[in-house]
Amino acid sequence: MRHLAQHPKLTQFGLILLAFAILMYMAGDYYDIITHSGTFNKLVASGEIAGATGFFESLRLLLNGTLPPQFVRIPENIVWGLPELINSSLLYLVEDLWKITTVDPVYGFEKNTTVIKEFTRGLAGIILVMINFIREFILGGTKTIASVMGWDFIRDTKASWPALPWPAVAGGAFLLGYSLNGMKLALLAFIPTVYIAIFGQWIPAMETLSFILVAAPVSVIIGLSLGVLAYKVRTVELFLTPLLNVAQTLPHFSYLVPVVTFYGVGDQAGAIATIIFATPPMIRLTILGLKQVPPETLEAGMMSGCSKRQLLFKVHIPTARQDMLLGVNQVIMQCLAMAVIASFIGATGLGYDLVVALNSLRIGVALELGISIVLIAIVLDKLSLAWANKSVDYLAELPFHVRHKHSLMFLAILALSIIVATVVPHISEFWGQMFYLIPENQGFSTDVWWDKLVKWVVVEFRSYFQIFNTFMLVSVLIPMRDAFLAMPVVATFTLVMGVGYMVGGIKSSLVVGGFLLFIAASQWWDEALITMYMTTFAVVASVIIGLTVGVLAARNTTATKILLIICDTFQTLPSFVYLIPVIMLFGVNDVSVLIAVIMYAVIPCTRYTIEGLRNVPPSILDAGDMSGVTKWQRLIKIEMPLAFPHIMLGINQTVVFALFMVIIGAFIGTEDLGRLIMGTLSKANAMGNGLTLGLCVAFIGLAIDHLIHTWADKRKKILGIA
Amino acid sequence: MSVQQPVIKCDAVYKVFGENAQKMMRAHNGKVDPQAFAEAGCVVAVNNASFAVQKGEMLVIMGLSGSGKSTLLRCIARLTDTTAGNIFINGVDILAISDKELIQLRRNKMGMVFQSFALLPHKTVLENIAFPLQVKGKSTKESMQRAMDMVELVGLDGRENSFPRQLSGGQQQRVGIARSLAVEPDIWFLDEPFSALDPLIRKEMQDEFLRLQGVLKKTILFVTHDFDEALRLSDRIAIMKDGIIEQLDTTANIVLNPATEYVRKFTAEVPREKVLKIKAVMDPVGDTSDWSELRVPADAIIQTVAEAVIGERKPMAVVDANDKIVGVLHAAKVTHVLFGEKSALENSG
Repeated sequence: MRHLAQHPKLTQFGLILLAFAILMYMAGDYYDIITHSGTFNKLVASGEIAGATGFFESLRLLLNGTLPPQFVRIPENIVWGLPELINSSLLYLVEDLWKITTVDPVYGFEKNTTVIKEFTRGLAGIILVMINFIREFILGGTKTIASVMGWDFIRDTKASWPALPWPAVAGGAFLLGYSLNGMKLALLAFIPTVYIAIFGQWIPAMETLSFILVAAPVSVIIGLSLGVLAYKVRTVELFLTPLLNVAQTLPHFSYLVPVVTFYGVGDQAGAIATIIFATPPMIRLTILGLKQVPPETLEAGMMSGCSKRQLLFKVHIPTARQDMLLGVNQVIMQCLAMAVIASFIGATGLGYDLVVALNSLRIGVALELGISIVLIAIVLDKLSLAWANKSVDYLAELPFHVRHKHSLMFLAILALSIIVATVVPHISEFWGQMFYLIPENQGFSTDVWWDKLVKWVVVEFRSYFQIFNTFMLVSVLIPMRDAFLAMPVVATFTLVMGVGYMVGGIKSSLVVGGFLLFIAASQWWDEALITMYMTTFAVVASVIIGLTVGVLAARNTTATKILLIICDTFQTLPSFVYLIPVIMLFGVNDVSVLIAVIMYAVIPCTRYTIEGLRNVPPSILDAGDMSGVTKWQRLIKIEMPLAFPHIMLGINQTVVFALFMVIIGAFIGTEDLGRLIMGTLSKANAMGNGLTLGLCVAFIGLAIDHLIHTWADKRKKILGIA
Repeated sequence: MSVQQPVIKCDAVYKVFGENAQKMMRAHNGKVDPQAFAEAGCVVAVNNASFAVQKGEMLVIMGLSGSGKSTLLRCIARLTDTTAGNIFINGVDILAISDKELIQLRRNKMGMVFQSFALLPHKTVLENIAFPLQVKGKSTKESMQRAMDMVELVGLDGRENSFPRQLSGGQQQRVGIARSLAVEPDIWFLDEPFSALDPLIRKEMQDEFLRLQGVLKKTILFVTHDFDEALRLSDRIAIMKDGIIEQLDTTANIVLNPATEYVRKFTAEVPREKVLKIKAVMDPVGDTSDWSELRVPADAIIQTVAEAVIGERKPMAVVDANDKIVGVLHAAKVTHVLFGEKSALENSG
């Protein structure tokens, strides 16, 4: 007894578990029904079982030790109508509100439309023109410029702007890198360009690039403006924060359909979906950066005689730039991550090709495309970083040709490569292509080798994989799924809200309870439970692997460096790429989804473990050594407790990553929320379903995020490292 | 000739932090009782500060942390809004001027050095120094040339293209000083400029500061928590505690006649001979006829001349920089400063 009184948290947890177990037991006869996903609702709909019982009947059942049905699954309620409500409201916005009649600019007939539709389509048009303009500049063509400027003569004369030969672009990338930050950056920009060209991915890569060169700057500008506004006006921040929280946990697929409804299908819709997804981190980091500027720096700006504008643009924003550059980096990464997903609503480029390759199970091609995406991300990131950190020598008075030597050299390379591109085809058609645009079927490819490798692995090891698969499914995954499904809804609430209470008192308990209530009240609770089971499994496995690898790597500086580079690369790899090898090796089932999820979700946990352990103040470690701790004691008693709040934030990221990947796992085939979200993509008028399902996923993420952040903040305060 | 207008003049300045500061001030009719204000959730940072600083003069505001010294400085620079009272710069009430006029005032008349240097991390040394000029709208060429002059003035030649993060603390503060002087301000604010530096660097920077002040002759408000620094740098010191100026006087008077118990605590351990100048212990010129051969400069620190002076029986002439006699020095006075009450021979000699 005394032991329990000394550990109040342990006692609390024990009581919660006890209540949970009793409630699980009280599910009684419902066990067989609810362990089959969706069956309960079906039976209620067909009238075979009652969805809810009256007060006295419920009381009688409870006294008999069984739960009344409304405690097992929440019966049909107003939340079930939410998707339809969202759907019709959005449709009303686009189709019925504020109707006007316009004249079609091309064909001249009148058409009925609405202001919002015209506005969103107009916006989409502008974005599309920007994308196409860059595209035609690099890949050739005059359609966009001709139609925008009204230069009909171009269409008449059939004159065309030729594509830039790839050597010219590669040379330009080299010079840009060199002028920004010397030889290292020059090579970093040059080599990927060459890789993309000779692997025959030039055209899709330039399509993707043009898409990102529009989406990324727009995201940065919107993010920066909203961030500054939120910093200046407290109300805006209060309004934005929950929106940002949801936007960052909403699965991408859930808002693709609404985007299509408002902006149509094509590159512009992909770009807008990307902007929606990429802007939130920029806003967040802008606010964070602005808040962290020391007041004295602002005072120094004021004393230098800055006007309000000057203070904002010359002192405040530039001083906060470290965080904002991190935001730009995030934007670029998010844009490329979206490059694949945007292809579902019509964006062309590497992402589209990757999905095609994936569908035809061409692992080598998909991998090469994935690498191209990573390379573009890295090059853009490093170039933008170097551009932001560029310094100017004011005192040097240089003549024109020295000051502009890089521009002049670019012009020279351009001229040379154009000459080569025009002359060589007369000599040899093959080499002419090689120096101009290498078409997809002419480039290098390692596809054949990969095919062979996979075939060999499959032939040699298939049976082992099968054994592993069967074991995992039968002995681990199916029982775990059934256990999750077997929870009566009251039991889930008891457990989750109880843990919420332990972590952050009544407030946290209500917050997580609220998130859960929304999901439980929707008609997709069973699917949500499957999502939760897959996420839980993946998170537990990822945390075990991540902690182990992180702890081992953190002991050694070289290992740390190597592992952090691996983390960076794997994080940039489009999430779809992870699906390829697992499908090849494990087939289409939950095991392969989970392996892909774990591969992806283990990254943040590993990274934060290493960072957390390496950032333990050395003086504390010295103090520990002087107290005579062994290596093991040092890890368990000093390093881990101090690093754990930081590691917890990594686990938080792992949860978010795992949720995202579980949803994408629907691409392989799952029975959870992800499958339903994927389903909405091909259905007309499924906007409401998509968004509501997305909210369910987001709320799972937000509930866990809330618990972990509350815990980590408390813990950091206690340790004095907040 | 009319009385010269002070460059800075504070008149019953109050600064109260807290949400209902204004309400409390009105309710108490301008009489500030820190206790009552604290109960209402207000903190009195500056309590009835009144003083004037003349052109070319330097005033050190000294106090421990939380004494309100930096807040007072920020009120005068109008970086924080004053709760009550008036502040005049060259006769202009700066609390009444518009934001535009304030910006003009700062662009042309004021310079400020900060404790944490407050350099812009994304700009090089040169760009940082040129910043106030560029903000004013000066051409890049002109501002860079001026900035280069300032780089030379503070002895950072060769580092002009470095970024602040590549400099040591002392070097960073040199940049801060150069930046604050770039617009040739009349008034120079220094908020604990050397507090973040190591002792040896601090000493070096103090010397540098004295050298600059010898050349530039600015009107200066200097805030510090270091009493020795205050003594070293200035002839006039204001000592603050809990928002109140406990004593504002010449160094000599503060050391010799501390006004309050609090000030006495600071002065008790001060080696007077290292602080006081001859003029602090001289007597007015009387009808002395039997002069000693020795003539003593009025501005000499006592310690530096003590050895020569102490054995002299006859009264010595004290002269100013122009060799004009301004007072008489008796050796006994010096002895008193050197040995204080402990000197058993003081009255028998």
